[in-house]
Amino acid sequence: MNRGLYARRRFTSRVFLTLSVLAAGFGIGSLALILGTLITRGLNGVSLKMFVQMTPPPGSDGGLANAIVGSLIMSALAVVVGTPIGILAGTYLAEYGRHTRISFVVRFVNDILLSAPSILVGLFVYELFVIHMGHFSAIAGAAALAVLVIPVVVRTTENMLLLVPNTLREAAAALGTPRSFVIRTVTWRAARAGILTGILLAIARISGETAPLLFTALNNQFWSTDLNAPMASLPAVIFQFAMSPYEDWHRLAWAGALLITCTVLSLSILARIFESRRLSQ
Amino acid sequence: MVDIAVSDMSIPSDRLAAARSFSRSDARFRALTATAAFIVVAAFVGIIIALVSGSWLALKTFGFGFLTTEVWNPVTERFGAVAPIAGTLITSSLAMLVAVPVGIGIAIFLTELCPSSLKRPVGIAIELLAGIPSIIYGIWGLFVFAPFFQATIQPRLIEWFANIPLLQDLFAGPPYGIGMFTASLILSIMILPFISAVTRDVFDTVPAVIKEAAYGLGCTKWEVMWQIILPYARIGVVGGSMLALGRALGETMAVTFVIGNAHRINESLFAPATTISAAIANEFTEAVGDLYLSSLIAIGLVLLCISFIVLGLAQYMIAILERRAGGRSQ
Repeated sequence: MNRGLYARRRFTSRVFLTLSVLAAGFGIGSLALILGTLITRGLNGVSLKMFVQMTPPPGSDGGLANAIVGSLIMSALAVVVGTPIGILAGTYLAEYGRHTRISFVVRFVNDILLSAPSILVGLFVYELFVIHMGHFSAIAGAAALAVLVIPVVVRTTENMLLLVPNTLREAAAALGTPRSFVIRTVTWRAARAGILTGILLAIARISGETAPLLFTALNNQFWSTDLNAPMASLPAVIFQFAMSPYEDWHRLAWAGALLITCTVLSLSILARIFESRRLSQ
Repeated sequence: MVDIAVSDMSIPSDRLAAARSFSRSDARFRALTATAAFIVVAAFVGIIIALVSGSWLALKTFGFGFLTTEVWNPVTERFGAVAPIAGTLITSSLAMLVAVPVGIGIAIFLTELCPSSLKRPVGIAIELLAGIPSIIYGIWGLFVFAPFFQATIQPRLIEWFANIPLLQDLFAGPPYGIGMFTASLILSIMILPFISAVTRDVFDTVPAVIKEAAYGLGCTKWEVMWQIILPYARIGVVGGSMLALGRALGETMAVTFVIGNAHRINESLFAPATTISAAIANEFTEAVGDLYLSSLIAIGLVLLCISFIVLGLAQYMIAILERRAGGRSQ
C-alpha cells in the first residue's frame, strides 16, 4: 500500500470535513445569533402596554395594539378566502386530474407562485384593487395575503390526498358512494391532519409578510377596523419604526419582531406536531 | 371511478331520481374544484397582465432603452432599470457564492458527521429557521450586523485590499456599514436554511449500498462525499439552489433595510446600491406621477421575468429528479 498517498488522502478528507463542520458552525451560529439578539432586544420592549395601546407618535409612549389587531384581521380574512380555494384546487389536482395536461400546468404555475417574489403580488393587488377603489384598504391587503395562502394550501392538500390509500376510495366506491361523497367523507377526512398542517404553514407564512402589504393595506397610525380604509399591520409598523431615527420606535419595532417570530415559530411547531400525529396514526 | 348509469328504466323511479341527483351533485363538485384550480392559474396570469399593463406607459416612453439606461431621476422623469437589475443580480450571486458551499457543508455535517442524537434537533432547527420572516433578518442586519461590520471588519478589508489591483476597487470607499456587500451577506444567511434543508433531503435519498461500496473500496469520508454522494445528488442540489436563488432575487425586506437605496452602479461592493424589490418597496408609496409609478412596475415586470426563468428551471430539475426517483422505486 502506498502510505504516502493514503496519508495525503486522509489529510484532504480531514481538512474538508473540518471545513464542513465550520460551515455548519457558521450557519447555525449566525442563526442562533439572530434569534439571541431578537430575544434580548425584543424582551426589552415587551410589556402589557404593547397589547393595549396604539402606535405612538415619535417621542411618546405607546404600544402596538392597532397593528396586532390589523394583522389578525387581515390574516384571518386571507385564510378564510384562500383556504377553501386552495383545498378545492388541491383536491382537483389529486382526485380528478392526476395525470392530465391541465393539472400539469396548474401544478407548475402553483409551484412558481409558491416561491414568486411576494412584492409582485403586492403590485398585482395594487393594480387590481387599489387603483380601482382609489385608495389603500384592508381588503386589498387581505387579498394580497390570500394570493400567498393559496399556493401553500394547494401544495400540501395535493400531497396529503395523494398519500390516502386508493383502497379506501375503492371501498367507498364499491358501496355505491358517488365520487364527490367519497372525496368529502372519506379522503378529506383521512387527510384532515395533513391539510390542517398546510393551513398552519400558510398562516405562518403570511404573518411575517411585509412586502405585499406596503402598498395595499398601507399603514394606519390609529385604531381602525374599517375594512375599506388603510389598516396597520405588525410587519408594516416594524418596517416604518425600524427605518425611523427614533429610539422609542426602535424598541417597539424589536418587540414587534419578537412577537412575529414567536407566532411564526409556534405555528411551525404546531404544524410539526400535527404532522407527527398524522404519521403515527 | 363512480360513473352512475341512469339509462336502465327497470330501476324504480325513486332510485333513478336519487342517482340523477347524485350525478348532478357530482358534476357540480367537480366543476367547483376545477374552478378553484382555474383561480390558481388566473392569479398567475393576472399578475402578468397587471404588471404588463401597469408598466405600459414606461415601456412606451423609454422603449428598449429602459433596460440599458442607468439614470433614475424622478425630478426630470428619466428612468432606467440598469442599476436595480445589476443590484439584484450582484447581491443574489454574491449571496449564492456564500450560501451554496456553506449550505452544502451543513448538509454534509447533518448526513455524515453529526452524532445521530443531534441529527433530529439540528435538522428541525434548520427547517424552523427557514420559516423566519425576512423582516427579522432585515432588522437584525440594520441594527446589529451593519454597525458591527462597519466598526470592525469593513475598515480592515479596505486596508488589506488597498494595494491589490481589482480587489482595491471592489472593496473601496468609506465604510458605511450598509451597502451591497452587507445585503449579500444577510441574504446568504437567509437562504442558507433552504439550501441545506433541500440538500440534506437529497443526500438522504442516496442508497446506502452505494456509499458502503465506496467505503469498501477504501474511500475516505470526503471522497465518498465528493465523488459518490454529491454527483448522485447533483440535480437535487442544483434544483434546491435555484429555488434559493429565486428567493434571493425577489427578497424584499431583508435587503431593503441594509442596501442603502442608491440608484447607481458602483465599482465598490461597499457602496450603497439598490435592488428591484428594494426600489419598489422604498419608493412606491412616495412615487409622484404616472411615469414614476409605471417605471417602478416595469422593473417589477423585469423581476417577474428573471424569477420565472430561475424558478421554472428549478421546477424542471426537481421534476427530473422525481421522475428518476419514481423510476427507481418501481
